[in-house]
Amino acid sequence: MARRRRSFLAPALWLPAGVALAFLVLPLLALILRAPWAQLPEILGQGAVAQSLVLSLGTGLVSTVIALVLGIPLALVLARSAEWPAVPRRLLRALITVPLVLPPVVGGVALLLLLGRRGLVGQYLYDWFGVTIPFSTPAVVIAQVFVAMPFLVLAVEGALRASDRRFEVAAATLGASRFTVFRRITLPIVAPGISAGALLCFTRALGEFGATITFAGSFPGVTQTLPISTYLQLQTDPDAAIALSLVLMLVSVAVLVSLRDRWVPGLTA
Amino acid sequence: MSLSIAVAARRGAFTLDAAFDVQPGRTVALLGPNGSGKSTTLGCIAGTIDYEGSVTVNGRVLDDLPTEKRRVGVVFQDYLLFPHLTVLENVAFGPRSTGTGKREARAAASAWLDRLGIGALSARYPRELSGGQSQRVALARAIAAEPDVLLLDEPLAALDVEIRDDVRAELVGHLAQFAGATVVITHSLADATILASDIVVLERGRITQRGPVADVLAAPATPWVRKLVG
Repeated sequence: MARRRRSFLAPALWLPAGVALAFLVLPLLALILRAPWAQLPEILGQGAVAQSLVLSLGTGLVSTVIALVLGIPLALVLARSAEWPAVPRRLLRALITVPLVLPPVVGGVALLLLLGRRGLVGQYLYDWFGVTIPFSTPAVVIAQVFVAMPFLVLAVEGALRASDRRFEVAAATLGASRFTVFRRITLPIVAPGISAGALLCFTRALGEFGATITFAGSFPGVTQTLPISTYLQLQTDPDAAIALSLVLMLVSVAVLVSLRDRWVPGLTA
Repeated sequence: MSLSIAVAARRGAFTLDAAFDVQPGRTVALLGPNGSGKSTTLGCIAGTIDYEGSVTVNGRVLDDLPTEKRRVGVVFQDYLLFPHLTVLENVAFGPRSTGTGKREARAAASAWLDRLGIGALSARYPRELSGGQSQRVALARAIAAEPDVLLLDEPLAALDVEIRDDVRAELVGHLAQFAGATVVITHSLADATILASDIVVLERGRITQRGPVADVLAAPATPWVRKLVG
């Protein structure tokens, strides 16, 4: 008999699997069904809502650019650490991964202890330069970079490790300096990994809540980002909260769709 | 440009100890079985591995120079054409890297592609090329960088057997375009006899025979060469 064997567990599996799927999908469905679609443009145009929308997009973009400028070199170091002894190599990887698993609120507290007015570094910034970072727009960016940069670093590192380093040797035999090799060979070859990492980083920054509210607070127009605004609006103007949630969800889905072909290894590490 | 090498290198338990010269315009085949140290020798000349001894080109000592300053062109076994650049950009990469302006670099690349009969492929990407075409682009790319010495690592190994004879015959003509010393690494007697004027036999990291192709064919000095000649 050439009948395909079916797992005897199948019927027993379908039920919990279905419940699990419903558990993941139904809340989003509720959000879509209950959204005040007709009033959407009007709600998103409201002063406070528009303000948080602009603030979130702006800080998210700045955070992503900072993560790119600092994170790509870190990804290079991490990718080239294969020749290092095991202990520093694993330590480096662990340090980069910590912000991924750390509760964001803890990240916010840690940032306060470092950069707050009485913080490890913050006290000198205040005493010497009169600079206070917490509860300002730069604090929003710092919190976002802290939680989002690891996504970019790991995505770029995965792409670097998957790329053939002999292309760099070939470029050197053609007379290219190290910098030329980096700019014209290494970077373009890992470009898909970089854009995937940047998208993930931007989404994570856009959704940042815990570290931001802890380290930067919630001042409208200054530190009140989309997620924080959504949370606060829920108590006073539910329709606005739903509209904002919808915006955040659409951005996430858009990123997921654009990443579907180039999900990068290394993110699972 | 004459090439003169006398190197010793260690890779794990393997040691290489080889010395030979190549006169300008001549092609030497470095012939040997797998694991005999051919690629290690190539690495010494190109400066991609550490070694003791000396590599000189026309009296210019290369030992303390990094790969990019050596002016040693390499055609890699699997070509290593840059996947994100067109054929023209691949060939223009060398001149561009050494400071030539974009326009002149492209003109030079174009001229080399025409000379090798593949001008029509300029706008293609490496993934759109056949094996034989890729090999010619790799050769054009290496020569366009104006190296003093040209190294070819198993230039026919990646090609289908049916087209190998044709490509090998063409390669002879193309190598004649290069005025400097050329070293072809191969484990095939056919490659050595057709592409080169002289043969250096390398076995277990040591040179076991060297001389003009006809002499080596007439009087094989080791069992391995004897078996190869048949």
